[in-house]
Amino acid sequence: MSRVINIAPITRIEGHGSIEIQLDDGGSVSSTKVHYMSLRGFEKFVEGKPAEEVPRIVNRICGICPWHHHMASNKAVDRCFGVTPPPAGQKLREFAQTMSHAEDKLLHFYFLAAPDFVMGPDAPYAIRNVIGVAKANPELATKAVQMRYMAKMILEKLGGKAIHPHAGVTGGFCRPLLDSERLDFLEKLKVLLEFSHDTLKFAKANVFPKYLDVVKTLGVFNSGFLGTVDDRGNLALYEGKLRLMKADGSFVEFSTQDYVDYLGEAVVPFSYGKIPYARSWDEGFSMDIDNPKGIYRANCLARINVCDGISTPRAQAELDEFRKAFGRPAQLTLLYHWARLIEDVYAYEHAIELLEDPEICDTNIRAKVEPRAGRGVGCVEAPRGTLIHDYSTDDNGMITRANLIVGTTHNLGPINMSVNQASKMLIKNGEVNEGILNMIEMAIRAYDP
Amino acid sequence: MAARVAEEWLNACSGCEISVVDLGERLLKVLELVEFVHIPVLMDHKYYGQLGDGKHIHIPEADVGIISGSIRNSEHLEVAEEMRKQCKIIVALGTCATHGGIPALANSYENLEILDRYYSTETTDKADFRPSDGIPTLLDATYALDEKIKVDVYLPGCAPHPDQVFVGLAALLGLMPLALADKSVCDTCPTIREGKGQVKQLRRFLQAPHYGAPDEPINQMRCLLEQGLLCMGPVTKAGCGGDGVVPRCIIARVPCRGCYGPVEQDGNQLMGMLNALASNGIDIGSLPEYTSLLRFSGAHHLLTPRKK
Repeated sequence: MSRVINIAPITRIEGHGSIEIQLDDGGSVSSTKVHYMSLRGFEKFVEGKPAEEVPRIVNRICGICPWHHHMASNKAVDRCFGVTPPPAGQKLREFAQTMSHAEDKLLHFYFLAAPDFVMGPDAPYAIRNVIGVAKANPELATKAVQMRYMAKMILEKLGGKAIHPHAGVTGGFCRPLLDSERLDFLEKLKVLLEFSHDTLKFAKANVFPKYLDVVKTLGVFNSGFLGTVDDRGNLALYEGKLRLMKADGSFVEFSTQDYVDYLGEAVVPFSYGKIPYARSWDEGFSMDIDNPKGIYRANCLARINVCDGISTPRAQAELDEFRKAFGRPAQLTLLYHWARLIEDVYAYEHAIELLEDPEICDTNIRAKVEPRAGRGVGCVEAPRGTLIHDYSTDDNGMITRANLIVGTTHNLGPINMSVNQASKMLIKNGEVNEGILNMIEMAIRAYDP
Repeated sequence: MAARVAEEWLNACSGCEISVVDLGERLLKVLELVEFVHIPVLMDHKYYGQLGDGKHIHIPEADVGIISGSIRNSEHLEVAEEMRKQCKIIVALGTCATHGGIPALANSYENLEILDRYYSTETTDKADFRPSDGIPTLLDATYALDEKIKVDVYLPGCAPHPDQVFVGLAALLGLMPLALADKSVCDTCPTIREGKGQVKQLRRFLQAPHYGAPDEPINQMRCLLEQGLLCMGPVTKAGCGGDGVVPRCIIARVPCRGCYGPVEQDGNQLMGMLNALASNGIDIGSLPEYTSLLRFSGAHHLLTPRKK
């Protein structure tokens, strides 16, 4: 008899969703749907608000990546008002956004993803969580909690508030960095860089080899990729050009201001969330796993696929090793975990680079601003993908129109496809157990939605 | 015996949950004292059974139920009601749960206006339907928790400071009394106030406030409202600075926007602020617009769609 399996809520992810798996009379998977439940309407309710206030409103889109919304929004407002922050203002913004990447990846690996690998995909749910990990491996758990806290408190000290920041202001940054703070942060960051590198070493020794079969099979399909690169083609998180790569490795580059010419969003009946696709490929949109159309992925695996290299030495060495093993572009979905930790090493290396430049302590941090009519697109690479804020303002500097493409949403289509692939691979003759259903969720967790 | 705790996030961003994680090592201590029976951000307990074959949302019994986020759709409502049924004490964590939070800015619009904009942006393909298959229906507005279920403890903040989350959890576990004072942000703000009446017009926050050297202590900076910047300190509940006490916006030399909600649970930040401005002799016409004064507390029917 046909039946429906309803995995709800999807857990150990940042957002709200559920999975519906339809089984036919023979117990085979006939269809899968990933429902995205949330619709809040930021695009509408920022209308009429003073543009300079919006970076303190849209940061509430996400409590894990508020710094990225905050910075993309500040960049968009700057462009509406035609203002360019002074170099120290730019650097402080970039430092804050880079630090947010750095701590976020530790959070995802240790708190959200590790339980599947450390406790095992089919361990009982009561222990397959960070609390179980902490009991099984108290030393590592304590260290992870301490290190992530140290990284997070750098953000708190820098901007006053680590969750839902107000540190970015139109035209620059809220306050100058003191040299004593710079030196204090540098000392901490050197410890954090080592921990980040140790985390990657731990994963390469204890996680990826043990689960190689799973990595090679779970949630796998071929797609294109989207990410940001600097003018030398290196990985960039704060500013650069967008690079949209096809599955065969060919790519186009474009200015973030032109995103509308390249990206579209499809509306599907079973999800509030719209599903971005590559409109510029002119092939339409389809999540058919055997014949996908317009499907690309974003987030860390995409970024390290589209970039030619990484400008910092330790992350570049890791990228070399990764490419040698998996090629470019690497397609295996669970490699997101590996890519995320490479990017974490880069984030700490780059944060140190930014602080080693004493210009970051310059007291000229905010340009003079006058409200005016304009349009601006602000874009950063958020941990979960390319984040786009696009605003228009009236003569008084009030928002008249907003369009947002949020990082996670780029992967909504791919997540649907990975779930479909995983369900068909794992469910035979209608037989399911908790381990199988959790493995299907692991295909989602790799994307860190 | 460890206290059983269930946690849920409804129309929420996860910032409150991250605030719990930001307890740092204190989190490990808390985890020794509580047994989480349901917490989607960290644990895989499922609504419809672990094999996904149940018909109704089920959450295990718990001593304490913590809920972040407002109530925006039919599933949020069902989850909130189940939490109320299963938990002895319900804690509203964060300003979305206590007052609607930022997402309650949507209450200025009809659902149709929101959906029309979201599904018609310049990147969105035209569709002749609205999604409805297997997803919860939107309620007519964004509701604070206590508009739909009884709430026992309010812990506002966007996000709540980890120090307060810790005190709140410790109090619920019976380790210390719960003491959240009805003070305003101004009551805990060390900036210098010289008196009313000197500023007549507000200016928008388009340039930094005046202060001395970059390392000048906050207690030598003039009150931001007295510098002519809109600062919601007078009508906002204190606590954002945690044990450090100094409000977190002010320490970054940025004016308060009201993220802890009103000083008293049933206060009105818009009316309060207009009164505060008027009593200071500041022209309320110099505000660029008014709804932003309720940006954190638009539930409880304070923000409603404009009459057509």
